[in-house]
Amino acid sequence: MAEVLPAEGLLATSWLLIALPLAGAAVLLLGGRRTDRWGHLLGTGTVVAAFLLAVLCTVRLADVEGRSVDVDLFTFISTGELDVRAGLLYDPLSAVFVLLITGVGALIHVYSIGYMAHDPARRRFFAYLNLFVAAMLLLVLGNSYVALYVGWEGVGLASYLLIAFWYTRPGAATAAKKAFIMNRVGDVGLALAIFVMFAQLGTTSYEGVFGAVGTLAGGTVTALGLLLLLGACGKSGQFPLQAWLPDAMEGPTPVSALIHAATMVTAGVYLIARSAPIYDLSETARTVVMAVGALTLLIGAIAGCAFDDIKKVLAYSTVSQIGYMFLAVGLGPAGYVAALAHLLAHGFFKAGLFLGAGSVMHAMHDQVDMRRFGGLWNKLPITFGTFGLGYLALIGFPFLSGFFTKDAIIEATLDRDDWLGWTTGGVAVLAAGLTAFYMTRLMLMTFFGRPRWEDGVHPHEAPPVMTVPMVALAVGSVFSGALLVAVFPLSDWLEPVFGEPEEAEHVIEPFIIGIALTVIMALGVLAAWLFVGRREVPVTAPVRVSPVTRAARNALYADTINESLFMRPGQWLTRALVWVDNRGVDGAVNGLAAGLGGSSSRLGRTQTGFVRTYALGMLGGAVLVAGALLAVTSG
Amino acid sequence: MIDAPDLSLAALAPLLFVFGAACIGVLVEAFAPREVRHPVQVAVALVGTGGGLAATIVYAATHEWGGGAGSVTAAGALAVDRAGLFLQATVAGLAVLAVLLFAERSLDPARSAFVASAAVPAGSPRDRDQLTATRVQTEVYPLALFAVGGMMLFVTANDLLIMFVALEVLSLPLYLISGLARRRRLLSQEAAVKYFLLGAFASAFFLYGLALVYGATGSVRLGEIRQSLAANDGDVLVVLGLALLVVGLLFKASVAPFHSWTPDVYQGAPTPVTAFMAACTKVAAFGAILRLLYVGFGTEEWTWRPLVYGVAIVSMVVGAVLGLTQTDLKRMLAYSSIAHAGFLLTGVLGLGADGEGSGLAATMFYLLTYGLTTIGAFAVLTLVRDGDGEAGHLSQWAGLASRSPLTAAVMGLFLLALAGIPLTAGFTGKFAVFRAAIEQGAWPLVLVAVLASAVAAFFYLRVIVLMYFSPPAADGPTVGVPGVPTTVVLAVTATATLALGILPGAVLDLAEQAARFVG
Repeated sequence: MAEVLPAEGLLATSWLLIALPLAGAAVLLLGGRRTDRWGHLLGTGTVVAAFLLAVLCTVRLADVEGRSVDVDLFTFISTGELDVRAGLLYDPLSAVFVLLITGVGALIHVYSIGYMAHDPARRRFFAYLNLFVAAMLLLVLGNSYVALYVGWEGVGLASYLLIAFWYTRPGAATAAKKAFIMNRVGDVGLALAIFVMFAQLGTTSYEGVFGAVGTLAGGTVTALGLLLLLGACGKSGQFPLQAWLPDAMEGPTPVSALIHAATMVTAGVYLIARSAPIYDLSETARTVVMAVGALTLLIGAIAGCAFDDIKKVLAYSTVSQIGYMFLAVGLGPAGYVAALAHLLAHGFFKAGLFLGAGSVMHAMHDQVDMRRFGGLWNKLPITFGTFGLGYLALIGFPFLSGFFTKDAIIEATLDRDDWLGWTTGGVAVLAAGLTAFYMTRLMLMTFFGRPRWEDGVHPHEAPPVMTVPMVALAVGSVFSGALLVAVFPLSDWLEPVFGEPEEAEHVIEPFIIGIALTVIMALGVLAAWLFVGRREVPVTAPVRVSPVTRAARNALYADTINESLFMRPGQWLTRALVWVDNRGVDGAVNGLAAGLGGSSSRLGRTQTGFVRTYALGMLGGAVLVAGALLAVTSG
Repeated sequence: MIDAPDLSLAALAPLLFVFGAACIGVLVEAFAPREVRHPVQVAVALVGTGGGLAATIVYAATHEWGGGAGSVTAAGALAVDRAGLFLQATVAGLAVLAVLLFAERSLDPARSAFVASAAVPAGSPRDRDQLTATRVQTEVYPLALFAVGGMMLFVTANDLLIMFVALEVLSLPLYLISGLARRRRLLSQEAAVKYFLLGAFASAFFLYGLALVYGATGSVRLGEIRQSLAANDGDVLVVLGLALLVVGLLFKASVAPFHSWTPDVYQGAPTPVTAFMAACTKVAAFGAILRLLYVGFGTEEWTWRPLVYGVAIVSMVVGAVLGLTQTDLKRMLAYSSIAHAGFLLTGVLGLGADGEGSGLAATMFYLLTYGLTTIGAFAVLTLVRDGDGEAGHLSQWAGLASRSPLTAAVMGLFLLALAGIPLTAGFTGKFAVFRAAIEQGAWPLVLVAVLASAVAAFFYLRVIVLMYFSPPAADGPTVGVPGVPTTVVLAVTATATLALGILPGAVLDLAEQAARFVG
C-alpha cells in the first residue's frame, strides 16, 4: 500500500459525505409529520450534495501524492489495549465506491420521488434510504475493520427496514427477517475475523493489520481469509447464503435497485478487495473465494432461467453477476481491477434494469409476473429503450459495458492456466450463455409477444422524474465499460491500492475470447427465442416440467436445504430447550422451592415457644460445639 | 501499698459520658416533675448517646488517628484501640437513632410505644384504663443508656471479667425494656421472661468458660491468655473454655443454634426496642466475638476456625430457610437477623494466619450497614398500623404502594439492602465479607452464603411484590404520619443505605484503617 498522508483542505471535510445523509435521516425520523411535505426533497438533496462533494474530493485526490489520505476523527473505543480511532481512509478504492454510491444513490433518490409519490410513508422511506447511504459510505470510507463493521451493520439495518418497508405484508416481513438472520450468519464470520485480528495483532486498522499480517502463521491468515469470506458471502448473497437476496425483492423497487443490486450487495467484493493483503498471503482462501464465486454464478444463472417474477429473475442475475466479481477477486492481483470494473458497470446496468422493472410494475399495477406482461415495447417506449440497453450491457453485447468487464474476468480466469482456472473459467463461460438466455427470455416475455395483461390495466409511461434517472443509468450502462477499460483505465487509478498492473501472458488471445463469448451469447439469445419467443406464453406456468426445470424453479432447493439442515434442527433444539426449561429447570427450581418451604415448616416446629425447648436446643448446640472443638483438637 | 491503677480519662470519656447520662436520667426520673420528664429524658438520652459518639470521634481523631497505636488502660481492663473506637462509635451512632425511635409520640394514639405502668397486670381494669391514657413512661431512656454503655464497654473489654460485667450491664436493661410494650402486653412480657431466662443460661455458659480458661492459662486478660497459649500447647480445658465463651457470645449475636429466643423476643418487644436490639446488640456482640477470637485466641486460630465455619453455615441456612414461611414481618426480620449473623461470621473467618486479612474491616463495615438498614426497616414497621397497633402481618401489607408510595419505596429500599442487591449498602457489606473469606480460602462457605442469600432474597422480595403488585386489602392498615424523630431516622438510614451502596469508598477506607486491635 502507498503511504497514507493526513487529509488537508477539502479532503479533510470528507466526513461530511457521511454526515450529510445521516443528518437527513435524523431530521426526517425525528421531525415526524412536519417534514412530510418536503422530506423527500431534503433526502434527495443531501445525497446529491454528497455526490457533488464526492466528485470534488475525487478530483482533488487525484493530485495528492500516493492518492491516499487519512482523516482522523476521534477516539471511538479506548479500553485496555484496545484503542480504536475513528477515522476515514480516502483512497482510490474507496473513492470509486463513494462515487458509485452517491451517484447511483442520487439517481435512485430522484427516481423514488416519482415512484413513491403516492405512498403515505414516503418520508420514512427517504429517511431509511438516507440512513442506508450514510452507513454504506461509512462502510467504504472507514479506515479500520471496526469502522467497516459499524457501517456493515448499519447497511444491514437499513436493508432490513427497507425490505420490510411495507411491513403489513406478511411476505415483506418474512423476507426482511430472512435477510436479517442470514446476514447475521455472515456477520459472525466478520466479527470473528476482527476478534482474531485484535487477538493476534492488537489492532484493527487497515494500516496496522496489513502491515503486520505477514508475521502471522499461515493457518491464521487462511482462517482470517475464510472468516472474512463468510461475512462477504452473507452480505453479497453468495453460496451458501444466497437465498435471502431474491426474497429481499419484497421491498420497494428503488430499494432493490440501490441496495440489493448496485451497492450494498457488492460490499462483500469491497471487503475482499480491501483485504487484498490478507488474501495475497493465503492461496487456500483465494481458491475458496474462486470456488464460491464460480458456484454462485452458476446457481444464480440456472435459477434465473426458471422464475416468472421479473424482480426475482433480476435478483438471481445479481447473485450470478456478483459471483463473477467473487471469482475475479479470488484470482488475486490479476483480478481485482477486473472485479471492480465489473462491479461499477453492473452498478449502472443492474440499477437501470431494476428501475426499468419498477417502471413496468408502475405501469402494470404492481404486477411482477412476466406471464401477465407482453407487448409493452410500444406502450413504454422510454422504459423499453433504457431497459433494452441495460439488457444488452448485461449479456455482454459487443462494445457495451458488460462486454468489456465480463470478458476481462473470464480472460483473467483462463489465464491462470491450471485446472482451477479452466474449471471456473468454463463455468463462467457457460453461465454467460445462460445469462443471455434468461435475460432474453425476460425481454421477450415482458416487451414482446401478445399482451397478456390482467383486466383493467392500461399501461402508461412513467413521469420524467422516473425516466430521467433511467436514461442516465442507461447511458452509464452503455459507456462505462469502455470508459473504465480504455479511456480512463481503472487499473491506473487503483494502482496505489493494488500495485502496478502486470502484463498478463494470455493463454488464449483476448479477441478470440471476445468472439467466442459473443457466439455463446448469441446462442443463448437464439435458444431463448426458440423456447420462448416463437411460442405463445401461457398465462399460468406449466406444471408438467422436467426435473431440471423444477429444480431451477426451486432455486436448486436452497431454501429446502437451509430449512432441513439448519432451520428444522434449530427449531428442534429450541423446542427441546423450552422443554428442558419448562420441565427440567422450572421443575428443579419449583421443586427446590417446595422442598425449602417444606423444610421451613418442618424446622419451624422446633420454634415451640417454650423456654424449655429453647434451652434444650442451646444446650444441645453447646454440647455439639464443645464436642466438635474437642474432636478437632484431639483428632 | 496498692498502686492506683492507671486511668486515662480521655480514653474513658465516651463511656463516662454515656454512663453519666444514664445516672442523670435516673435522677431526672426521681426528681423532675411529671410534665417535663419526657422531653428532659429524651434530651438527656440524646445528649448521652450523641455525646458518647462525639467523644469517641474526638478521641479517635486526636489519639488513634493522630499517631497513637492503641492503649490499654484501667489496669489493663480496657483496650481503647482503633477497632474498639470504630465499634463504639457505631454503637453510639445507632443508639442515637434508636433513642429517636423511642421518643416518637405522634404515631400511637396513646403517644408512646411503651406501657405507662408495667407493673399493672395485663388485662386488668387498670390496664384497660392505661391503654387509653396518655401518660408516658420514661424509665426506658436511662435503661437504654445503661445498655448502650454496657455495649460500648463490651467492645473495648480487654479482660474476660470486664467482658462479663459488660455483658450483664447491657443485657439486664434489655430484658426489662423488652417487656414494656403498650399493646399485646402478654406477648411482650412473655418475650422479656424468655429473653431473661435464656440470657441467664447463656451468661452461665460464658462464666463457666471464663473459669475454665482462667484455670488453664492463669489469666483473664486477653493478651496474657494469648501469650500463655503461645507458650504451651492448648489443653482440653482451654478448648472447652473457648467453646463455652463462644456459646455465650453467639447467643447475644443470635447465631443459630443459639437463636431460638430471637423471633419470639423481636416479635414481642416494642418495635423501637427491637430495632435497638437488632442493630446495637448485634454490633456489640460481634465486637466482643472479634476481640475474643482475634486477640485472645488469635494463635489458636485452627481451633476455632472450623467451629465458626460450621456455626456460620447453620445460622445462614436456618435463618434463610425458616424466614421463608414467616407471615409476621417482625419475625421475618428476626430470621433475617439470624441469617445475617451467619454472613457476619463469614467475615470473621477472614483473619489470615499472619494476623493480616481484611476480615476485621469487612465485618465492621457490615455491622455498620446492617445496623443502619435494620433500624430503618423496623422504623417503617412502626408506621403501618391498624386498630390494634402495628400491623405486622404480611397480608396487611398487600398493595401498600398504592396507598402510600413513599413508605413502600423506603421499605423496598431497606428490603433490597437486606437482600444484598447492588447499589445498596447491603451489597457492599456482603461483598466485603465474602471477599475477605475467599481470600482466606473459605470459598465453600461463601458458596453456601451466596445460596442462602438467594433463598433469603425470596422472602424480602415477596414483601416488595406484595406491596407493589397485589391489590390492597379492603380493610387494610393505615400508614401513620411520622413525627420529626422517626422522619429523621428514616431519612438518615435511607440515605446511608443508598450512599454506602453507591459510594462506599470513604467508609470502607475508614473501616480498613480501623481494623487494628491492641493487646
